[in-house]
Amino acid sequence: MITTDILIIGAGPTGLFTVFEAGLLKLKCHLIDALPQPGGQCSEIYPKKPIYDIPAYPEILAGDLTQKLIEQSKQFEPGFTLGERAETIDRQDDGTFIVMTNKGTKHHSKIVAIAGGLGSFEPRKPLIPNIANFEDKGVEYIIKEPELYRDKKIVISGGGDSALDWAIFLSNVASEVTLIHRRNEFRGALDSVEKVQELKNLGKIRMITPAEVKGILGTEKVTGVAVEKKGEDAFIVDADHFIPLFGLSPKLGPIGNWGLDIEKNAIKVNNSLDYQTNIPGVYAIGDVNTYPGKLKLILCGFHEATLMCQSAYKRIFPDKKYVMKYTTVGGVDGFDGTRKEAPKAVVKAIQ
Amino acid sequence: MQDINIKITDRKGVTHDVVAPTDMAMNLMEVVRSYELAEEGTIGVCGGMAMCASCQCYVKSDHQLPEMTDDEDAMLAEAFNVEDNSRLGCQIQMTAAMNGLEVELAPET
Repeated sequence: MITTDILIIGAGPTGLFTVFEAGLLKLKCHLIDALPQPGGQCSEIYPKKPIYDIPAYPEILAGDLTQKLIEQSKQFEPGFTLGERAETIDRQDDGTFIVMTNKGTKHHSKIVAIAGGLGSFEPRKPLIPNIANFEDKGVEYIIKEPELYRDKKIVISGGGDSALDWAIFLSNVASEVTLIHRRNEFRGALDSVEKVQELKNLGKIRMITPAEVKGILGTEKVTGVAVEKKGEDAFIVDADHFIPLFGLSPKLGPIGNWGLDIEKNAIKVNNSLDYQTNIPGVYAIGDVNTYPGKLKLILCGFHEATLMCQSAYKRIFPDKKYVMKYTTVGGVDGFDGTRKEAPKAVVKAIQ
Repeated sequence: MQDINIKITDRKGVTHDVVAPTDMAMNLMEVVRSYELAEEGTIGVCGGMAMCASCQCYVKSDHQLPEMTDDEDAMLAEAFNVEDNSRLGCQIQMTAAMNGLEVELAPET
């Protein structure tokens, strides 16, 4: 079991900055995120896009902001459970919490800070009537184990980077790779588009465009897909696996069943005090929360995280005195033994 | 700058006559959110970068709309429930030329 002071659900900018603010109070943090990398939307959706309203940065790319936040919190040695979704929460008799992920990883924490943004990123599933019957029976929305596809017939649909990249990768693993997209054009890195063209010319990738997968065939597992080209009759493509890659979209998911007050797909918090939810010891910060006048801005998440950490400290140490100290005055003592401090002025007589 | 009148049919099929300002650089997705015609968290998920298609709508009137950018076109190529009159609301700016626009929001996916 992983133990920590503050368990942060969501490793986006707000979650990452929480590590720093908690660290100043000598509280240790652990983060859970459904994505395989930290950064949340900033790294998953728009890493190359600029942001103009981070104080003191006239312009910063979302991916660079993530890197700087990781660097800023590194000295406080946060733990990470990545690629797993927080599934259940159990309040213990002593007021602490055990949070379990979809993969069964358990986390024991004094405080839970939900910094989940718009929710955990889930694959977007195409609207094929019987698709749910074939999930994990030949339909996979995420490629976890490429060896599963060795010497198999694969159909990939989608027109973005992940469809292109996996078609390229699997062309060396699978016996047949078919790429199906509604358009002749693909949106991806130029290298990937050119590589797919080359593999198509070599006969290693079969392309069917503009077309759509309309149905899945099979009884126990996938044996083929029904493909429709615009204005033509559907035809069958034999397949052992159908991999739809249509990107990810955020869903509030299991957190919605934790007994928290939810309004407009967000968690209601007390914003006049400390961003605590209706469950004492559970806070919600950043885009995932709501209160009168709420703005979903990264800079607001930073503020909320800071106040929340002060409240968490008081909850963990109700009788211990503390007043906030400027980092310029107190310096920063990392859990890794590093210390940052302002250079001392020299006192020396001038003759 | 003047306000314009547009008709938005929500995901339950109810049509709303709304007034949109043309001087606040607003797009159609933001107008929908400002009137709360779709549940928060189900529209404008990417914030308006043509990267999620949660603001997809069907254009019912024959307005001359701004031409699709490559980003919008590619996003619609990967979205669901797409029709010939599909557009992303976040890419339709509220200008005087949009007065009288009629749209219907695409289902949530």
